[in-house]
Amino acid sequence: MALLEVRDVVVRFGGVTAVAGVSFDVEERQICGLIGPNGAGKTTMFNCISGIYRPNEGLVRFGGEEITHLPRHRMTELGIGRTFQNLALFRSMTVRDNVLAGAHVTGRSGFIANAFRFAAVRREEAQAALRAEELLGLLRLRPVADIPVAALPFGTQKRVEMARALISRPRLLLLDEPAGGLNHEEVDALAELLREIRHSFDLSILLVEHHMSLVMRVSDKVAVLDFGKKIADGTPYEVQNDPQVIRAYLGDGHGDEHARAA
Amino acid sequence: MSSATGLPEGVAAAPVPVAEAGTPAWQRLLLVAGGVILALAPLWLLESFHLFQLTMAVIMALAVLGLNIVTGYNGQISLGHGAFFAVGAYCTAILMSHFDWSFWWTLPVSAAVCATVGFGIGFPALRLAGHYLALTTFALAVAVPQLLKHKAVEDWTGGVQGLFLVKPDPPAFLPVTPDQWIYLVVVSIAAVLFFLTWNLIRGRIGRALMATRDHPTAAEAMGMDIASLKTKAFAVSALVTGIAGSLSAVAIEFVAPDSFTIFVSITLFVGMVAGGVASILGSLFGGLFVLFVPNIAESISKAAPGVIYGIILIGLLFVMPDGFAGLLRRLTARLRRGGTS
Ligand SMILES: Nc1ncnc2c1ncn2[C@@H]1O[C@H](COP(=O)(O)OP(=O)(O)OP(=O)(O)O)[C@@H](O)[C@H]1O
Ligand SMILES: [Mg+2]
Repeated sequence: MALLEVRDVVVRFGGVTAVAGVSFDVEERQICGLIGPNGAGKTTMFNCISGIYRPNEGLVRFGGEEITHLPRHRMTELGIGRTFQNLALFRSMTVRDNVLAGAHVTGRSGFIANAFRFAAVRREEAQAALRAEELLGLLRLRPVADIPVAALPFGTQKRVEMARALISRPRLLLLDEPAGGLNHEEVDALAELLREIRHSFDLSILLVEHHMSLVMRVSDKVAVLDFGKKIADGTPYEVQNDPQVIRAYLGDGHGDEHARAA
Repeated sequence: MSSATGLPEGVAAAPVPVAEAGTPAWQRLLLVAGGVILALAPLWLLESFHLFQLTMAVIMALAVLGLNIVTGYNGQISLGHGAFFAVGAYCTAILMSHFDWSFWWTLPVSAAVCATVGFGIGFPALRLAGHYLALTTFALAVAVPQLLKHKAVEDWTGGVQGLFLVKPDPPAFLPVTPDQWIYLVVVSIAAVLFFLTWNLIRGRIGRALMATRDHPTAAEAMGMDIASLKTKAFAVSALVTGIAGSLSAVAIEFVAPDSFTIFVSITLFVGMVAGGVASILGSLFGGLFVLFVPNIAESISKAAPGVIYGIILIGLLFVMPDGFAGLLRRLTARLRRGGTS
């Protein structure tokens, strides 16, 4: 049984069908690329998996359990972590507090326990602080740990999002364009980091990315969306040589910068 | 982004020292001692009227703190916190004057009632974002004095006349006047609540409150139950402001509907902004501000104190756009930089 199973998911916004019956699987410890031209429905698919949108049809199973109708805030607890395409950080908070906020689900303490700062709360806080420190180190955020996150450059903020998603120890990490705004060397480092994360955190990654060389390098498997439909999936090699995929990227209306990258 | 250490099992090998707070114990002790001395000094330095004013300022600071929890930290705009202040004051007044309860026993009741009312208001608040919530809470505060005067509850609330009560006597072993005693009581209760609120804010729940304010969608994606957080924030906020109301009832020894007009709510809001939104220490400044600045304004111009007050307020916000707390933050940052370079 796959870790994530997406079955016939349809999402409509008024007249627009953003996702038109998509199915795919992500296995345990797999890095799965999800690619497609702009507007293909990749982010919408992410939002369905993480509960922000409810699919109009179809279902999503995680670890064998159907999660399509669970409340949004339950997803992290189950083991789904995510980053956002257009940064969704807590802007007034420091880098460290942003990362700690990601550890919310690892804690249990409520209002009263916190107000009195019972021993259990102090323990919880110390554990979270320790793990935040690890992730700040892993993502090279220690030097900026106590700076409000809004003051940092885009690339750094992306790393904060990744640290924030990782601190809850997800089993599946959804990354929406993590390479956005990075230069060549940074993309190389990111590829390295993704493999390392998969290995040391023992998780699966679903990766949405326009940077083709990155996707092809790190993915075990790639699914391709176009106009809300899955047009191909398979190994990076298979997908790259699929005539339908080539057509989607070269075809009318879509920018050809992606094709070149592929 | 190359991190050379291959984290075994995701656990970084480097043991990282995690200090609970950056300050060493002796410094914290010094800070607390300084605070206690600063809080007790007015007992000897001020005569009864000014001590009373200071008592009221501390009460307002506590009420502003309550508002700060829900509006400053959680981003739910309330223009009606005067309503909770009134509920707290009337709880204490009714129990003391009708049932001869001791003041101390009225506090938990007042806290419970205010928290319940706050929780109840937190629910519709979930569906009302931003300006609509501001208007709804405003309407609540407008309604309160009229509700208090209403025939149905007149027997309890004393109607327009209000209720009289008597300050608790100081314990026999303490050589203090009742005014000094009430000051001590107010300062102690406020200190405890400020401390508990500080604890609340600096931990898991505080981060969740602020995260919910900054980016609700991301907060939910981090596993935060926004509905639960927001309603509880409203309850805690109402509790703190309500206790301030209880304290005001015994400090003034009188409650009446006309002491709880919409103006109280606006004053609390002004105090929060002037002191510093989302700041614990700022709430203290806010309380001092709303109590003493109007007096200063009146001493400058008897004819148009409102104008002077307005000018002072605008002037201060011009100099300190993020309140006293923001100014303090910038000053300490500069001092630190100056100290190290
Ligand atoms: N909230 C929404 N309301 C209406 N339409 C939407 C909404 N979100 C997405 N869409 C539409 O759905 C389609 C898919 O959008 P989506 O953001 O999922 O694409 P994407 O593959 O992530 O694109 P990109 O590569 O540009 O990020 C687009 O046509 C978009 O305009
Ligand atoms: Mg997208």
